Amino acid sequence: MSSVAAAWKRLPWWVEPMSVVFVLTAFGLYSATIVLLYPGDSEQFPQYLSPFYSPPIGRPDWLPGFVTAPLFVLWIPLGFRATCYYYRKAYYRAFFWDPPACSGKAQQLDRPWAESTESYRGERALFVLNNIHRYFLYASFVVVAFLWYDAVLTFFPEGGFGVKVGSLIWVFNVTLVSAYTFSCHSLRHLVGGRVDCFSCVRGGNVRRKAYNGISRLNAKHPQWAWVSLFSLLLTDVYFRLISAGVIPDLTIIG
Amino acid sequence: MSEGNGKNPGNVTSMAHSPVPNEDLGKSGGTAKLKIFRGDAEGGQEVEYEVPLVEGMVVLDAVLAIQAEQAGDLAVRWNCKAAHCGSCSAEINGRPKLLCKTRVEEYDGEEIHVHPMRAFPVIKDLVSDVSWNYEVSKAIKPFQSSEQAPFTMYEEDVERLYEPKKCIECFMCQDVCHVLRTHHKHPEFAGPRFFVRNQWLEMHPMDEADRLADLKEDNGIGFCNITKCCTEVCPVDIKITDNSIIPLKERVASEFYDPAKWLMRKIRGNGSSRNGN
Ligand code: SF4
Ligand code: SF4
Ligand code: FES
Ligand code: FES
Repeated sequence: MSSVAAAWKRLPWWVEPMSVVFVLTAFGLYSATIVLLYPGDSEQFPQYLSPFYSPPIGRPDWLPGFVTAPLFVLWIPLGFRATCYYYRKAYYRAFFWDPPACSGKAQQLDRPWAESTESYRGERALFVLNNIHRYFLYASFVVVAFLWYDAVLTFFPEGGFGVKVGSLIWVFNVTLVSAYTFSCHSLRHLVGGRVDCFSCVRGGNVRRKAYNGISRLNAKHPQWAWVSLFSLLLTDVYFRLISAGVIPDLTIIG
Repeated sequence: MSEGNGKNPGNVTSMAHSPVPNEDLGKSGGTAKLKIFRGDAEGGQEVEYEVPLVEGMVVLDAVLAIQAEQAGDLAVRWNCKAAHCGSCSAEINGRPKLLCKTRVEEYDGEEIHVHPMRAFPVIKDLVSDVSWNYEVSKAIKPFQSSEQAPFTMYEEDVERLYEPKKCIECFMCQDVCHVLRTHHKHPEFAGPRFFVRNQWLEMHPMDEADRLADLKEDNGIGFCNITKCCTEVCPVDIKITDNSIIPLKERVASEFYDPAKWLMRKIRGNGSSRNGN
């Protein structure tokens, strides 16, 4: 693993920001396509609901056709990730090239869209809105709860208990999404980051333990951000492949 | 290190204050080529030097060998040669590094370009003027407590304070930060090193001062876009962005950018809601 990291470091500096641009753009296009054009459930596999469509809510008929039902929920994970401290780093580097990487050479690069180097405002102008992140976190708790509910339902196709490959994928996905959500910096702040003295507040010891736990998860927040993004994708792709009959949903127990 | 018979205990740092003489560290043949910036605030250019390559030698060894044998007027700042004092910060191939902690072998097959830190005015050759940082430091509200030291404090309340205390003030994080280096926000932005200091003060269980307004306004924490170059270069592995800057940004957000708290405060008509309960 460390040799992979070492090799990655040896690559030219632009490889990292360009990969981020590629992955995020591809993910954006894929998710836009499926939520605008395709359903997230199938009659043949009623136990599965694509995570992009959870929780399922109705949409009023008078809305124009392009406003599909998942859009009423998707703004939550979208806003959560868009204001996440890690994704902020990723897009400031990859999409705004400010800075694209840390070396002197990379930083010297001209950014033709910036008026001048002195006009930089960082998170003091438009991006000050990213401070709203904690509210997306609160909303995400609801979404994650539904994802767990969905994952549990996959074990009960047509009423009886059974374990299929799909169930494992759903559990795997919601575990990673939870790790991402619970390693959030805003949660870390809420639980302990805002406390100066644990021994002076009620429940301080419990809070400190929770804070230390979240801090440990938080150290890997970037990794959780990526693997949970990929697992969402994988789960949706799996769902579409079994619904289309391309691959079978193999039974493990039941 | 190759002790083992216990006859020669300790003494491993006896050479710490002088350039390593070649004969002391088995020569491994070959030479190291260094292109070193020679000049001052007005300008300058790289000059190429060649020194015998010695196994395990750090870039500072090579620079001091050049200073001793080829260029007596080459300016370089150093003190401890043990990665403790933070004086020998410079840039190697465009990245800030401690010259005394960076081995020549790391650059096997690459050219080695040594420059002074570029986010600050150059005095001469590898020495830049970091005094601006001391001005920033002075402007930060000092530790304030109504109690008299020595304090009784519990481990669980101070365990977060060890990390920021490791700082050796090498200012490499300041040098690499694009807000200072590229965007020249020197007067408006305190820089990562001083968020580390502020975090230590703000999370200190005995400190009573409130620095959140200063962090937002005078120290310009909003200029930081958490892109983590500071964390990448810190020689003592302080997770500057994750453990100092973001926790402070969160506190500033609670104080100034949280709509619900703002509303509550309007209704209750009082001031700060801090200190964690
Ligand atoms: S994370 Fe912030 S302080 Fe650190 S280098 Fe980036 S912009 Fe500067
Ligand atoms: S925080 Fe790290 S990089 Fe910055 S001055 Fe301190 S030791 Fe140097
Ligand atoms: S910081 Fe990434 S989710 Fe909150
Ligand atoms: S000389 Fe002291 S840190 Fe390098």
